Amino acid sequence: MLEIRNLHASVDGNPILKGIDLTINRGEIHAIMGPNGSGKSTLAKVLAGHPSYEVTKGQVLYEGKNLLEMAPDERAREGIFMAFQYPIEVPGVSNAQFLRLAYNEKRKHLGEEELDPLEFKDLLKERAKVVEMDASFMTRSVNEGFSGGEKKRNEILQMAVLEPRLAILDETDSGLDIDALRIVAGGVNLLHNSENAVVLVTHYQRLLNYIVPDYVHVLAGGRIAREGGKELALELEEKGYDWITSSVAASGIGASRVT
Amino acid sequence: MSTAENLVSQEYKYGFVTDIESDTIPRGLSEETVRLISEKKNEPEWMLGFRLKAFRHWLTMTEPKHWPNLTYPEINYQDMIYYSAPKQKALKANLDEVDPELLKTFEKLGIPLQEQKQLAGVAVDAVFDSVSVATTYKEKLKKHGVIFCSFSEAIREYPDLVRKYLGTVVPTNDNFFAALNSAVFSDGSFCFIPKGVRCPMELSTYFRINNSESGQFERTLIVAEEGSYVSYLEGCTAPKFDKNQLHAAVVELVALDDAQIKYSTVQNWYAGDEEGRGGIYNFVTKRGKCAGHNSKISWTQVETGSAITWKYPSCILLGDNSIGEFYSVALTNHAQQADTGTKMIHLGKNTRSTIISKGIAAGKSNNSYRGLVKVMPKAENSRNYTQCDSMLIGSNSGANTFPYIEVMNNSSAVEHEASTSKISEEQLFYLQQRGISQEDAVSLIINGFCKDVFLQLPMEFAVEAQRLLGMKLEGSVG
Ligand SMILES: Nc1ncnc2c1ncn2[C@@H]1O[C@H](COP(=O)(O)OP(=O)(O)OP(=O)(O)O)[C@@H](O)[C@H]1O
Ligand SMILES: [Mg+2]
Repeated sequence: MLEIRNLHASVDGNPILKGIDLTINRGEIHAIMGPNGSGKSTLAKVLAGHPSYEVTKGQVLYEGKNLLEMAPDERAREGIFMAFQYPIEVPGVSNAQFLRLAYNEKRKHLGEEELDPLEFKDLLKERAKVVEMDASFMTRSVNEGFSGGEKKRNEILQMAVLEPRLAILDETDSGLDIDALRIVAGGVNLLHNSENAVVLVTHYQRLLNYIVPDYVHVLAGGRIAREGGKELALELEEKGYDWITSSVAASGIGASRVT
Repeated sequence: MSTAENLVSQEYKYGFVTDIESDTIPRGLSEETVRLISEKKNEPEWMLGFRLKAFRHWLTMTEPKHWPNLTYPEINYQDMIYYSAPKQKALKANLDEVDPELLKTFEKLGIPLQEQKQLAGVAVDAVFDSVSVATTYKEKLKKHGVIFCSFSEAIREYPDLVRKYLGTVVPTNDNFFAALNSAVFSDGSFCFIPKGVRCPMELSTYFRINNSESGQFERTLIVAEEGSYVSYLEGCTAPKFDKNQLHAAVVELVALDDAQIKYSTVQNWYAGDEEGRGGIYNFVTKRGKCAGHNSKISWTQVETGSAITWKYPSCILLGDNSIGEFYSVALTNHAQQADTGTKMIHLGKNTRSTIISKGIAAGKSNNSYRGLVKVMPKAENSRNYTQCDSMLIGSNSGANTFPYIEVMNNSSAVEHEASTSKISEEQLFYLQQRGISQEDAVSLIINGFCKDVFLQLPMEFAVEAQRLLGMKLEGSVG
């Protein structure tokens, strides 16, 4: 579904991603871990098409198409979804209004009939159950005045409505209380199936108890420094990142061919 | 972070010119011109007297060029035509007799004048250059005692009412542009809602400038007697010309005891091109007097057009417990300039006023809010709340806020909040990441920003206003 090859990206002329290779297939769950500043959010935003990030090298194929040529909204309509580490507020625009517009854009793209506000309301009510969100959030402005945890939950509500093929969740677990974590993780599991893929960016192994990844990748200094199965997360939990980052420095493990 | 720019505006779709024969007087302005206009309109002596007094006063006044935050070339008042009317005899009683070209023009503007084609519940007075060409639903309204007609007709048919109220809110010598208007105004609308009547439909006037050489000087007078209610809408467009046209209107509202007037405007005069060539110079005096106790006047404006906007719809809160409101969205793009706001003058006890202003500046435009809140010594226990938000799109536009606050007693309170924001790249990216195109994302953000004002507009107008803002900013961020 997604094939990232030797991806380099910079922001404001500063190189951040320095050669990422990653392949994601349908039905898979990938976890991306790594120290602060290692480039996890950068990778997510590059895949989503954030205009501030410049891809300087490499390529990304999504369903066989050159992803990097597509505008961010096009990528979204093609099924790429990113849950933001810091969700954005949109004053004066209700959650329901925003979601209906987004949902209908996707329907239009698929050549399906748009839903009117009443039909959409029913759908929204149904999907809100996935993250156990109260109806009162639907009439409030997007993320405005939401608590940190509510914002994160709202991201997953959007995912539930848009049903992406590739969902990249950037630290959706940070800031969630224990119950909310369980609910959000349950929601993601409910939405995951053999036709789609999920990428979880996280610092905590705890999330991976709820959403079990097929692969774990550790990012350090803009490269994938280590890859493994779910055990790798446990190992990280125990040892911290030092042993990886220092061994990267020492042996260059994981650093894709430096040119 | 680099905030988005690159402004491109959608074609102005009302920019066409109607080819019609006009009765036009020679350019230039003198006492002779004033007499000629009055004569053309067959006016009574008192009306000519009103005009001449205004004109003589105007000669002693100077254009307010210094305090507004606007720059524009000298206006040559002698190089303008002060009266231009489509050639047809007197105002038609019957629509069938109205020149089909005119009907077509208004139809093209989305304002069909045939009653059966109109939005149910909205009566229209259609003003083309200097004259009113048709007023719909007059008969139906008359049954309720509501008078809705062109100003010319009002002078002929209801001289006592007009004399009683004309110039009582905006005196002839109020300001340079109001004096000019009082001298040369050609037509406009007159509404009278008698005691206790809730006007059964929305009243509206649609103004169309067609002649590239003529100014438009219209006058609106709305009187709401005790306990009555009226909602009035105003719309306007003009063709695209390379030259500028002057529009200097006066609107007077009078609300007696317990009466309510809701006045909504969607202003979409031609704004000039991207370089600032052409467009309307819009210098307008709008003022409402809450003359009676418990009366209420509410202004809602969505200003999107004109090269220059100079406009401060105001309320004089004379009656005890009276209420004044001002809800405004002013959008400027390219080289447009707007200096707009309101004045709330509290004279009566327990008077209240609310000001919500949303300014949006894109391109290299300049958008200023200017507002005065004045609480006089006798206006005990009065309140004002002002919220003034500006949004900048791109980095070449400017927004300013000029609040003037004078409170002359101890029991009153005035609250002022202001903010300036930018459409951020992050906001746009967030919406785009959900599959919303950049253009739709911009209009969603803008409409969200303006929501508190749009909520005040009548339904059809709100939809129109949202569409208009989206259109004006289409492709504006990239
Ligand atoms: N505009 C910028 N200019 C310079 N450096 C930047 C800019 N934006 C991001 N960076 C840097 O890029 C690096 C990667 O940031 P990124 O947000 O991808 O990290 P992360 O792995 O998601 O970290 P965290 O775990 O803290 O969320 C950081 O060192 C950050 O400071
Ligand atoms: Mg991050």
